[in-house]
Amino acid sequence: MKFLRNYLNKIKPNFEEGGKFHAFHSVFDGFESFLFVPNNTSSSGTHIHDAIDSKRTMSIVVLALVPCLLFGMYNTGFQHYLAIGQTPGFWTIFLYGLLAVLPLVLVSYIVGLGIEFIVAQWKGHEIQEGFLVSGMLIPLIVPIDTPLWMVGLATAFAVIFAKEVFGGTGFNIWNVALIARAFLFFAYPSKMSGEEVFVRTDSTFGIGDGKVIDAFSGATPLGQVGSEGVPLITNTIGDTLSYWDMFIGLIPGSIGETSKLCILLGAIILLITGIANWRTMLSVFAGGFLTAFLFSELGLTSISALEHILLGGFAFGAVFMSTDPVTSPRTQFGKYIFGFLIGFFAICVRVLNPGYPEGMMLAILFMNSFAPLIDYYVVNANINRRLKRAKLNAMKGGVE
Amino acid sequence: MGLLSSKNKSILFNPLAKENPITVQMLGVCSALAVTSKLEPSIVMAASVIAVISIANVVISLLRNTIPSRIRIIVQLVVVAALVSVINEVLKAFAYDVSKQLSVFIGLIITNCIVMGRLEAFALGNKPWPAFLDGLGNGAGYGIILIIVGFFRELLGSGTLFGYQVIPDKLYELGYENNGLMILPPMALIVVACIIWVQRARNKSLQEEK
Repeated sequence: MKFLRNYLNKIKPNFEEGGKFHAFHSVFDGFESFLFVPNNTSSSGTHIHDAIDSKRTMSIVVLALVPCLLFGMYNTGFQHYLAIGQTPGFWTIFLYGLLAVLPLVLVSYIVGLGIEFIVAQWKGHEIQEGFLVSGMLIPLIVPIDTPLWMVGLATAFAVIFAKEVFGGTGFNIWNVALIARAFLFFAYPSKMSGEEVFVRTDSTFGIGDGKVIDAFSGATPLGQVGSEGVPLITNTIGDTLSYWDMFIGLIPGSIGETSKLCILLGAIILLITGIANWRTMLSVFAGGFLTAFLFSELGLTSISALEHILLGGFAFGAVFMSTDPVTSPRTQFGKYIFGFLIGFFAICVRVLNPGYPEGMMLAILFMNSFAPLIDYYVVNANINRRLKRAKLNAMKGGVE
Repeated sequence: MGLLSSKNKSILFNPLAKENPITVQMLGVCSALAVTSKLEPSIVMAASVIAVISIANVVISLLRNTIPSRIRIIVQLVVVAALVSVINEVLKAFAYDVSKQLSVFIGLIITNCIVMGRLEAFALGNKPWPAFLDGLGNGAGYGIILIIVGFFRELLGSGTLFGYQVIPDKLYELGYENNGLMILPPMALIVVACIIWVQRARNKSLQEEK
């Protein structure tokens, strides 16, 4: 650590005004503040600083995503070998998944950070750290067989049109990673849904050659629910799935969303560190569960409320996406409303629109748009309540 | 005053860029979103609007001294509605397919803010020739944007231009796919936004003061 600090101090003059590499100062600043908390403080006015700055916040979210990423890699391999009817060892399975998932992660980071660097250089400010999390989320919420160029294009679209045009990190209205997914979803629907995309059946970099077995069907559990007349939810080779299977997550789906166990781990990290707000998370689950319960009581959906929570991207969205501090309301009471409606709309889309098996993405993006409005009314209600109280107190004071 | 004096020239050419009805005045955006998923209807729509707006401008300009100001909007509407009906019939007779694609949007030229705006703001106070040029310029300014948007949406959304495939089959074999989002109206908004972005970046006078 000391060595790194000394080295940075040594090369720092090159990037300062008049230095050789002054043109690249924003890149240097970006790296320096990523590695070390900047040791300068605000010089004018009164400020309240959190001890943890946004780069550290982002790093913890990325850390919380690591279990999902690793499990996603293993599951990618697991689904593949299940489809071709082989049972190799743990490391072979993991290696296959690693080779399949890593390119998606790399493309997302290279394209996204590349744009961030260019914009920072162009506008002459520090590189913003917002993409650290988005860059990890994007590969986790796409199907494994999404072509790399599509991921790159969607990332570029999301970073430019959902973030940079609004002023960069902290100013975006919608969750950047979800905009990338929404772009893919509407632009290339054949690559984002259906039975072909969630399990990779081809070999990856020469590993895992094999013929797909006859019983194989790549439909995700929610995809099966969508099609009519499926009595029991099964995995890709026709075995019935229990609640436990859905919780552990060795089922087909987008890379990071399948394992509720790993999402739970991530949620614990986020909640203990106080990065994510428990109000949002809790109310998303509450809203989703109650809505799903209502629908299954009414007989509109063939699976139970618990299955609705366990399947698809519901838990992933609730833990990692709806809690995004930028795009959710600032007021504490607003977070309850926001979260509850996300859960409500996600289940509504799933159940009421037969065309879309999953509704979490649309629900979160939809509620993102309403977050400022929710804040506005919560703050106004608060002001009115206090005004009333002040008036009452003044009247009492007058009488006494 | 010559037919194309410098004043008339600016009347004709300003709406193409500096005072473009769509990208600068933000008028007529709705129809720009609705009809531009293909290039052909965009062009037909552009031509229709140019025809309606320039003829209506001339007619209103000729009548400007006889229209009582209290009922001028109604008179303008009657003129525009008559022209639109004629255009609609012509399209049905000679370009039935396109007319079906454009369907209600030809009729909705009546409510196009650009048409009414030019009649109110220009034709009522100017002689027929400048009014004609103004209509031509504004119609063309609207049309250019429609055609640019239509070009990109059809090219990227369907891989075709005028219905003919222009993206080579080889590219599809390599894994290229048409962007389905381009067919949907939101993308028209983003394409228009990009045009505005480029235009403002190049033209300093359009940039707002910071």
